[in-house]
Amino acid sequence: MSVDLSQFHQVFFEESYEGLDVMESALLNIDVSAIDDETINEIFRAAHSIKGGSGTFGFKEIAEFTHVVETLLDLIRSDQFEMKTDHVDLFLESVDCIRTMINQFESGTSCDMGIAGELKVAFNVLLDADNTKDSGDIDADSKVDESHDGSSGSDGWKIYFKPELDILRTGNDAVRMFRELSELGELSVIAVIDEIPSIADIDPESCYMAWNLTLLGSATEAQVNEVFEWVVDDSDLVITPAGLQSDVLEPVKNIAASEQTVASENEKSVPSAKAEKNKVAEKEVKPSVTKKVVAKKEAKTENASIRVGTDKIDDLINMVGELVITQSMLSELGKDFSIENMPKLMEGLAQLSMHTRELQENVMRIRMLPISFAFSRFPRLVHDMSKNLNKKVELVLLGEQTELDKTVMERIGDPLVHLVRNSLDHGLELPEKRLAAGKDETGKITLNAFHQGGNIIIQIIDDGGGLNKERILSKAIENGLVSESDTLTDDQINDLVFLPGFSTAEAVTDISGRGVGMDVVRRNIQELNGSVEVESTEGKGSVFTIRLPLTLAILDGQLISVGEQVYIFPLVSIVESIQTQDHMIHRVSGGCDVLRLRKEYIPIVKLWDVFNVKPKHETVDNGLLVIVEGDNIKIAVLVDDLLGQQQVVIKSIRENYRPVHGVSGATILGDGTVSLILDISGLIKLAGVGRDTYKNISDTNDIEAA
Amino acid sequence: MGNETEKYLDKLNDEVSEAQADEQGDQYLTFFMAGEEFGVDILAVQEIRGWEPITAIPNSPSQVLGFTNLRGTVAPIIDLRLCFGVETASYGNASVVIIMSVQSEKHEKIMGIVVDAVSDVYNFSKSNIQPSPELAQTKQAQYVKGLGSTKDKMVILLELTEQLIADSDIGSNRHLSAG
Repeated sequence: MSVDLSQFHQVFFEESYEGLDVMESALLNIDVSAIDDETINEIFRAAHSIKGGSGTFGFKEIAEFTHVVETLLDLIRSDQFEMKTDHVDLFLESVDCIRTMINQFESGTSCDMGIAGELKVAFNVLLDADNTKDSGDIDADSKVDESHDGSSGSDGWKIYFKPELDILRTGNDAVRMFRELSELGELSVIAVIDEIPSIADIDPESCYMAWNLTLLGSATEAQVNEVFEWVVDDSDLVITPAGLQSDVLEPVKNIAASEQTVASENEKSVPSAKAEKNKVAEKEVKPSVTKKVVAKKEAKTENASIRVGTDKIDDLINMVGELVITQSMLSELGKDFSIENMPKLMEGLAQLSMHTRELQENVMRIRMLPISFAFSRFPRLVHDMSKNLNKKVELVLLGEQTELDKTVMERIGDPLVHLVRNSLDHGLELPEKRLAAGKDETGKITLNAFHQGGNIIIQIIDDGGGLNKERILSKAIENGLVSESDTLTDDQINDLVFLPGFSTAEAVTDISGRGVGMDVVRRNIQELNGSVEVESTEGKGSVFTIRLPLTLAILDGQLISVGEQVYIFPLVSIVESIQTQDHMIHRVSGGCDVLRLRKEYIPIVKLWDVFNVKPKHETVDNGLLVIVEGDNIKIAVLVDDLLGQQQVVIKSIRENYRPVHGVSGATILGDGTVSLILDISGLIKLAGVGRDTYKNISDTNDIEAA
Repeated sequence: MGNETEKYLDKLNDEVSEAQADEQGDQYLTFFMAGEEFGVDILAVQEIRGWEPITAIPNSPSQVLGFTNLRGTVAPIIDLRLCFGVETASYGNASVVIIMSVQSEKHEKIMGIVVDAVSDVYNFSKSNIQPSPELAQTKQAQYVKGLGSTKDKMVILLELTEQLIADSDIGSNRHLSAG
């Protein structure tokens, strides 16, 4: 008998991830002074099912590792072992380790046992200590001194080196570096050339290659690092000791190294790829750690399934049942239809439309998940980060049951992490400073979610120092984002932090302050048709408010027509619609007409012109203008006619076609025809009225245009 | 669309699914375009439809006529004549749209191609298909898999790719008037 077990793997992975989440949140809740049996049992059960599952499916490495974890948990459960804060941290690291291993199995990459080996040894030390009834107080920290930095590398090093395209322009030469390396030992170089473009596209001054190097001999890590010293910031560099993987039971690496693991574990979720790359480069001194971050990057697979409560399913089944009844009633009616039955028919149709609408609403509800899915990662993140930063932080989660579309949820995670990091790092002050300012030593970060109209609002509130307006302003002037003569309102100043390349962090820390970030946060949120704002009181704290549509599948649209075509503007982007009068239109050299509206100059975009369709109304005179806003730029779009407003279901045009400039998607109208949904920022680009043009024609001191 | 046409299309679709179920392999659905007979792998054919109004796509390559609603899916309609440089004809009730899945990098894309009329289903074994040397130099050669020959005629066998929706150099700034 042979059953193909691989079909159950996905289920195992998902269940294991859930189990790990349970373990993690339970561990974070543990109060070491008063250990609750039920919590320990919960952790034990989760670990036990992961062990069982992995054993069944042949993931031996996970099973073996989890077994050790479970053994210690069992001792704690039966009161034979006393749990300390250090042990909680050790368990948390094991949770990360198991998660990494599962991740690696899921993505089909080979399992890296380096960290597992280290942790396992740490566990065994604890277990042995207990068994031999030694003082029992040997905790992992006392092992720190043994082989501390892991830089012996007697077998040599494996190096993956991928420079950025412009490395040659910065005066660095890979060949020279390799020559230097070859002086340290026996060097073999394999070039990775898959990214070299076709010859027509090659820029002779760019470097498209990457290299896998193996350096044998007794060079130390410091020596290897020295060679790459000048390029480390501009390249992907991974240095691992040769033969680390096989060496599971090497001496205890110590907890300090593992703590780095935790830190990097958090860093994996940095939103922008650029930031991620920095981290990789930065971390190259910790061999196994770096490797893990890279593996994480590859293993980022979309989790395509969704768990739905049975109550929602039952509702759906009921509704489909009613739909079937209505359908059979109508078909009965249709068999020999006579005019007397007309009222019955009308009644049937009314029922049909009601059921359809209910069905639609309920199907949409399936995609809605409570926002606790996105919030759940924060207790851990805050726990680890506050430790790194030596800050005391209390995290408050409110409105966790607020429901949100799954797609939105997936894409809001990274921006949220970024904002929370930011509040922790820049917002909250160090305990001493807080005491000096007369505040409680422990800072407070609140995540709040609630519904408002058709939107969901997520707030990140901290009671830290608030934004320093003077510093922001002086920095902005320094960077040329605003000129000194400008007078800005407080809101406008706060808004500056969302501009690209803006960071006031006095020192670049591990966590944030590299000047990438807030603009990425804003862009990510805008891609979801949402917005983000900040309010701040100096000395009291800041509030970041994110506003998002509940779902990406449906949109409130304004139908407009140009010629015979019907297009749809997202209602949220429309500022107003006006009938033009002669005195409002100004012609600017270069063929661009602008609309003067309440002291503001708005460029006019003729939709028929950019979309190449035949309109009913070609000129701007007496035309109908729809003023829309995207990317903080307003444009006035000339259309033939305003039709109705309606909710439309968004359909992808990429699925069977390709992206179209100025169009974000399509929908199907009531009469069955396809209509295109306009993308305002795309339209602005297409019409060529970008920031430059806008700046030239704008005589207001609008900071957004700078 | 008249009842006649509907019946005709139904019949065609039945024939296609019958042929698809038949596992002999290497069957081709052939159609006429500007007097010539072309063939496509029948397994790629999803259905045959009549002409329906379409929505123009802004700034699309000229051979892409627009989007149509395929039971809730938005799919582009392609004019093969423009891909092949044959003279254009007007579209109307007589035109037929073959909905097919076209191989693309990531997944299969569903597209419709407009043809004059659907002809027949043929069996071509490998030995009956020859490469077409005369076409090797031209643009449309990329779609031509070979020439299939039966007793009395030749069919140009096509293998359609994502290239169908790529920008062409045949003036793409044509005014859109389809509605």
